[in-house]
Amino acid sequence: MSELTSFTLAAARDALRRKDISAMELADAHLAAIEAARALNAYVLETPDAARTMAAAADARLAKEEARPLDGVPVAIKDLFCTKGVRTTACSRILDNFVPTYESTVTAQLWRDGAVMLGKTNNDEFAMGSSNETSHFGPVISPWRRHGANTTLVPGGSSGGAAAAVAANLCLAAAGTDTGGSIRQPAAFTGTVGIKPTYGRCSRWGIVAFASSLDQAGPFARSVRDAAILLTSMAGHDPKDTTSADVPVPDYEAAIGRSVTGMSIGIPKEYRMPGMPPEIEALWHQGAEWLKAAGARLVDISLPHTKYALPAYYIVAPAEASSNLARYDGVRYGLRVSGNDINDLYEKTRGEGFGKEVRRRVMIGTYVLSAGYYDAYYLRAQKVRTLIKRDFERCYADGVDAILTPATPSAAFGIGEKSSGDPIEMYLNDVFTVTVNMAGLPGISVPAGLDAQGLPLGLQLIGRPFDEETLFALGQVIEDAAGPLVPERWW
Amino acid sequence: MNVPVPSSAKKKLVPGATGDWEVVIGLEIHAQVTSKAKLFSGASTEFGGAPNSHVSLVDAAMPGMLPVINAECVRQAVRSGLGLNARINLKSVFDRKNYFYPDLPQGYQISQYKQPIVGEGEVNVALPDGSSVTVGIERLHLEQDAGKSLHDQHPTLSYVDLNRSGVALMEIVSKPDLRSSEEARAFLSKVRTILRYLGTCDGDMEKGSLRADVNVSVRRSGDPLGTRCEIKNVNSIRFVGQAIDAEARRQIEILEDGGRIEQETRLFDPDKGETRSMRNKEEAHDYRYFPDPDLLPLELDEAEIERLKAALPELPDAKKARFVRDYGLSAYDADVLAADRETAAFYERVAHGRDSKAAANWVINELTGRLNKEGREIGASPVSAMQLGAILDLIARGTISGKIAKDVFEIVWNEGGDPADIVAARGLRQVTDLGAIEAVVDEIVAANPDKVGEAKANPKLLGWFVGQVMKASGGKANPQAVNDLLKSKLGVG
Repeated sequence: MSELTSFTLAAARDALRRKDISAMELADAHLAAIEAARALNAYVLETPDAARTMAAAADARLAKEEARPLDGVPVAIKDLFCTKGVRTTACSRILDNFVPTYESTVTAQLWRDGAVMLGKTNNDEFAMGSSNETSHFGPVISPWRRHGANTTLVPGGSSGGAAAAVAANLCLAAAGTDTGGSIRQPAAFTGTVGIKPTYGRCSRWGIVAFASSLDQAGPFARSVRDAAILLTSMAGHDPKDTTSADVPVPDYEAAIGRSVTGMSIGIPKEYRMPGMPPEIEALWHQGAEWLKAAGARLVDISLPHTKYALPAYYIVAPAEASSNLARYDGVRYGLRVSGNDINDLYEKTRGEGFGKEVRRRVMIGTYVLSAGYYDAYYLRAQKVRTLIKRDFERCYADGVDAILTPATPSAAFGIGEKSSGDPIEMYLNDVFTVTVNMAGLPGISVPAGLDAQGLPLGLQLIGRPFDEETLFALGQVIEDAAGPLVPERWW
Repeated sequence: MNVPVPSSAKKKLVPGATGDWEVVIGLEIHAQVTSKAKLFSGASTEFGGAPNSHVSLVDAAMPGMLPVINAECVRQAVRSGLGLNARINLKSVFDRKNYFYPDLPQGYQISQYKQPIVGEGEVNVALPDGSSVTVGIERLHLEQDAGKSLHDQHPTLSYVDLNRSGVALMEIVSKPDLRSSEEARAFLSKVRTILRYLGTCDGDMEKGSLRADVNVSVRRSGDPLGTRCEIKNVNSIRFVGQAIDAEARRQIEILEDGGRIEQETRLFDPDKGETRSMRNKEEAHDYRYFPDPDLLPLELDEAEIERLKAALPELPDAKKARFVRDYGLSAYDADVLAADRETAAFYERVAHGRDSKAAANWVINELTGRLNKEGREIGASPVSAMQLGAILDLIARGTISGKIAKDVFEIVWNEGGDPADIVAARGLRQVTDLGAIEAVVDEIVAANPDKVGEAKANPKLLGWFVGQVMKASGGKANPQAVNDLLKSKLGVG
């Protein structure tokens, strides 16, 4: 069992094609692992029946030598993706037992390519959070622990369940979403690879919306190659999403091993934050040296509007969310708490259906869009966003191929450590990642080493629009140097 | 000093107890776009389906659903803008107008707030007295319609029908250029005509395809604009006129009593003939407009606009001018005929190769009059253009008189058939044989010697003799011949 679940996606794919293993035994091994790891709370819904049906179909195709790109590969799906006939809640009480009659475009493409669904993974409610503690289903426990301690740690968020599932070998890879760092931050916390592709690279159709202009789907995996394989299936133009880009999808796996010699890597001085732990600083330096050793050139760059990114993000994202979440009103689906009249029904349903963090952001968003505040907040934040985008464009125009930054300002923290106090403490987790969403650029988080307490740390590479291939090529260099980070099993 | 006021402007002022008032009106017309599918979803826009039978996942605002603009609705808006002589904006933006209501599934309406697809334009409006006014168009924008709440299906619950949810509407906003209820009615009617010509809105006010919000304020001539009230959702042209008159009266009374007009939204009650405040919580809405992040800005290119422009049909103003020029019609007749595209086409088929003025009279008076009486559309006329043309031919050839022609029209209306055959079969042919007519004339003259004497003194009695002769001939005698013969026999005229 442990051997089957510790395969990389690429290795499993190849073994399936050689018929060394069957999709069914691979699925069963994972289903057993998931059952044994319920303490992590990574999955909010296990779908063994669907998994076995899909595995059987994959085996049938494999037997006929008609293998599709992901045939028999067991994956996990963040509960933000609508899955046909399978409960989808965004980990919010307000969606209650909502069962979509439709399949999101991204997951439909995974099934089209033969992937096997193991279940739906936990996330912060409506993807609002950086620790997976706001989920209606309770927090996810990270498979990682500090040396010699048994403090429960967060896996990061919002895609905490997906990250934990990948790190703990509860799937070969997973589909997540990233609005301000929700793939890259948990990837960094769990020693996994996570990429947020360029805005428009993946269809948003069928993904429960948080902030439409920032949301993007992307993969979690245990290697850069695996992430590239999964993204190839997830990406693509979708006429049902006007904001998806009609740009051909390359075979991202082909970028693995591509030479990085002569590439220009920008090191932005604004990411050297005051109070940054020396370990993060050292890791960043180490990463740059690895890339240099592989033939890349390092250049100091400036992204002067970086410091405005986080505040601007916490205006734009809640503004969009306040409107996107208006549809959860108790009228057509999901939770309904009856009231004396329609306004009472709205207030009770939304008051009881949304958790505290979601309510906070809906209120922030409503406030910044209100008459008299719109110009001072929303409009100004949009202007900042344009300036942030321009910072990056200038660097790329100057010949920078990619930008290297830390993925997070710290390693994973303990459950409850940051969720009870000032919300800004939690928001600061996304300080290195939100700029990428604000600019609509691709960003990858690659495990780069362990801190003194034995917790994984990640580095982030930011690329040009639609140049995910360069990120995969550079990410592979870091992975080759840092090696895979595997948590010790305790659960 | 008394300033002379032109009579046409003068009569638009409304007299109050303390002097004359000027009424200032602007309209916001909501016109449903003629299109098979909704503005942002593929669901049908068909009227009258079972509740919730035309609802897509997008219309019901299911989680993760995204709007995709319907290109045909965009083209319809551009055509409408061109028909209103308006500027087409190459870039426009869809915004979200946020508010909670059960028939608004998304919790916001997708509309265009700051950057509409169509900018300023103008419309010429002819008035019944022969004068005309030019009314400015402020803008035209695309937006979604909401669903419908049904409050009469259950004692304690309301139901929601989402069939209309997401249907495309054009909101056409006029400048406050209208000065009377008559002008407002004529303007609305003209916009409706233009949209129907273009095929961009069917203009069916009974089905709610066209409705108007009416902004009314009053002021003393020369003063700055007064505070306006908006009368929502008026659904007939007649009611628009009544609502304006009632609202203007109300405002004038308040002002003359020393009161102040409060800016508010009102409803027109056609039964009571008055407007009343619909002040409620809804009015305090802050709609929190912001650009819809699910939709990219709408960009159009000049070439496509040119293509749409080139394919536009002849519009009412151009048709009217052509009818005056080519058919020698009066401006009024040309206007009446051009007001409806099908009527105009019908007229042209009748007028082709015939007396165009006689054709206009027949189409306007006999045909349209009869259609209106029975509440029929011209497309459902029992008398075809060919049949009406044949009747006109019979008159022109002198086969029947105008009076008999009306009888033939009646027969064709009720029974159908070829007018020439009807005339032949029923012996309606006009008697033009002078000998035969003279015999009847002589008979009548001989039978009424006293009246002959009177007629010499009072030539008006000629009419009585004509009537007697026509009666005796069963209406078939040529009236001109009867007239001429009687004049000479009686020595009058």
